[in-house]
Amino acid sequence: MHAGDSPALESEDIRKTFGHFTALAGVTLTFQPSEFVALFGRNGAGKTTFLKIAATLMRATHGRLRIGGTDIREEPEAVRRQIGFLSHNTYLYRDLNPVENLRFFARLYGVADAETRISALLSRVGLKRRMNDPVRSFSRGLNQRLGIARVMLHDPSLILLDEPYTGLDANAVEMLNAMLDEAVGAGKTIVLTTHDIEQGLRAATRAAIIDRGRIVFDGSSRGAPVRDAYNEYVRMGVPQ
Amino acid sequence: MKPLSAIVFKDIVIELRNKETISSMLMFGLLVLVVFNFAFQPTGAERALIAPGILWVAFTFAGILGLNRSLSIELDNDCLQGLLLAPLDRGSLYLGKVASNFIFMMIAEVMILPIFVLFYNLRFDLQFLQIAGLSFLGTFAFAAVGTILSTISANTRMKEVMLPILLIPLTLPVILASVMATSAVLSGETEGISSWLYLLGGFSIVYLVASYLVFEFVVEE
Repeated sequence: MHAGDSPALESEDIRKTFGHFTALAGVTLTFQPSEFVALFGRNGAGKTTFLKIAATLMRATHGRLRIGGTDIREEPEAVRRQIGFLSHNTYLYRDLNPVENLRFFARLYGVADAETRISALLSRVGLKRRMNDPVRSFSRGLNQRLGIARVMLHDPSLILLDEPYTGLDANAVEMLNAMLDEAVGAGKTIVLTTHDIEQGLRAATRAAIIDRGRIVFDGSSRGAPVRDAYNEYVRMGVPQ
Repeated sequence: MKPLSAIVFKDIVIELRNKETISSMLMFGLLVLVVFNFAFQPTGAERALIAPGILWVAFTFAGILGLNRSLSIELDNDCLQGLLLAPLDRGSLYLGKVASNFIFMMIAEVMILPIFVLFYNLRFDLQFLQIAGLSFLGTFAFAAVGTILSTISANTRMKEVMLPILLIPLTLPVILASVMATSAVLSGETEGISSWLYLLGGFSIVYLVASYLVFEFVVEE
């Protein structure tokens, strides 16, 4: 999916302001294929804004962002095909059942052999038994499971997950972790935000910490430095 | 065409399941007809003067209700964002929503129209078909501009109020042309009707093309 040896995601001085508020103050990051990146930060640090810009849902005020070597402003449709994005909301229609929801997204993405893929994904996320129930009747955790299936449906090469563990029980966390490990094994890039450092660092090969719109740590997910930085910027917090 | 049909099909399945959009549009349209009928109690020549306006008031407000409902489906659980993530140009998403809004409005209007004919002692003849044809054209222009305005109003705090405030002034030429053309059909004086039809056709094209081009900027955060 990636064009040649292009990085999976490459951001150059990404800035985003909302009126007088600066959400991102110049984020420069490069993620390679098969990298599993955990992005940490306090509430309002800019994690979601960065992911939304990368997912083409939000336009940066300044800077450039390329996905698989393609500029998101020049070829947004081609870029979106490579991205799977799970947000706080799962983007699922409550009046449709899981199969109908996934069938709809499969048609939008032009997924080949959609029925087989949908069936396999529903089994994988443990929703086969509830496949005919409307999403309206689902708990937060079941919604999140289906949201994960939606993200994986079109086999994206860049998976952006914003707080994916929200509402998941222990079995679902295990299931998600296994899916993410497989995805990394298959050469996909994962960028995951979470407040849970243990979950975030479990399989991540790299960690970044964002604070007040700036990257304040970017390095290995192993060892003491990331934990020290986490304690300094996320747990303790810098006075606002 | 595949994304367009996917959006329309999805909206139809949702409507078949919850039956909220068309039933509320129909009830509101019928209430408008009943209220105006009792308020004016038109007789003879008055009927031809008043009836077209009443019909289009019913269509307009029922349409606004439908647009609001269509929008709320996409705002629930942030589904609009899910659509925007799809690898499609934003204009295709707009066309898909226009198509489903148009279909729902037409279904409601096709059900309102016979009641209108009965209430105002009109005949189920060629006139009925001509008014149905006019409704098709007027509703298309209304859906084209209504879809984009409902998306704009989605970013405002009082979206249900904001939509009619934005929509009615912009669709005034369409409503006026539709009322005049309907009046011409009901009175049997159809010589000058072509100018109203050209106006409706022109506005449909202008609204559709302009909205298609700006939709991308409207949905951007």
